[in-house]
Amino acid sequence: MKAGVVIFPGSNCDRDAFEALKLMGYEVSYIWHQETQLKGLDLVVLPGGFSYGDYLRAGAIARFSPVMREVVKFAHKGGKVLGICNGFQILTEAGLLPGALLRNQSLRFVCKYVSVRVENKNTIFTHRVTVERPLRIPIAHGEGNYVVDDDTLAEMKAHQQIIFRYVNEEGIVTPEANPNGSRENIAGVINRQGNVLGMMPHPERAVEHLLGSEDGRFIFESLLAE
Amino acid sequence: MKWQIKVKLKSGILDPQGKTVHHALQHLGFQQIKDVRIGKLMEIELEDMPEAEARKLLEDASRKLLANPVVEEFEIEGPMP
Repeated sequence: MKAGVVIFPGSNCDRDAFEALKLMGYEVSYIWHQETQLKGLDLVVLPGGFSYGDYLRAGAIARFSPVMREVVKFAHKGGKVLGICNGFQILTEAGLLPGALLRNQSLRFVCKYVSVRVENKNTIFTHRVTVERPLRIPIAHGEGNYVVDDDTLAEMKAHQQIIFRYVNEEGIVTPEANPNGSRENIAGVINRQGNVLGMMPHPERAVEHLLGSEDGRFIFESLLAE
Repeated sequence: MKWQIKVKLKSGILDPQGKTVHHALQHLGFQQIKDVRIGKLMEIELEDMPEAEARKLLEDASRKLLANPVVEEFEIEGPMP
């Protein structure tokens, strides 16, 4: 499985993603944001960070970088794309995923472990999640408040596009478990075709026991087994 | 010629920043202020061109980049004196 991690000016989780993918057995390379081809890749990862300083809106400028033109083409051809945190924001700005990510309702940057429930295990990103309990994966963002209109949300539900929800430790969706004000506690969504996933939690920060959790492995294992 | 573009959150969308500022204003005694919503004001310097053409160009720029149509709306004002 050949994976490429895109580096935008301001990306800061690119090395974490690279190391996590390598650890999981992927053949990994970096892709500079000026790159205009994605030759031979099976998976493109848009990492977390503050691409282009998050100027205007998070992900708004990155979405027009040369590499993103290729990522959009790659996604339309069925290539696998995983956007984490800022990567998720870029994917919504690029129109590859529905909705938008706004300022956390608390107006605070939130950096902590959260519990997320896997809502759909029938995807290429989640089919190897073998546990029934919620996953423990850290978040670190100031703009993770997922907003989507009623019609789009209904459509997303009809196609099981909501993949992760913030829950408490018992796996129940509660207002207290919602770290940022996201609609219906949504933490991650997939596109209709099922090859583009965006998520605010950082699975690449949860692949080693030493760092507090290995639950991020389920996602990389799922993709690897594809 | 100078133009302005105002970008703001659509009316149904919660604006926590505006809410916080509103609270602060109330603490300062500005009880008459009933609500605050915060947006962005962009000042644009544009080549001289017919007004209709300018407006069309700025609408295009707003839809493509300056505003996110999923959550924001925009208003174009100009040309400014």
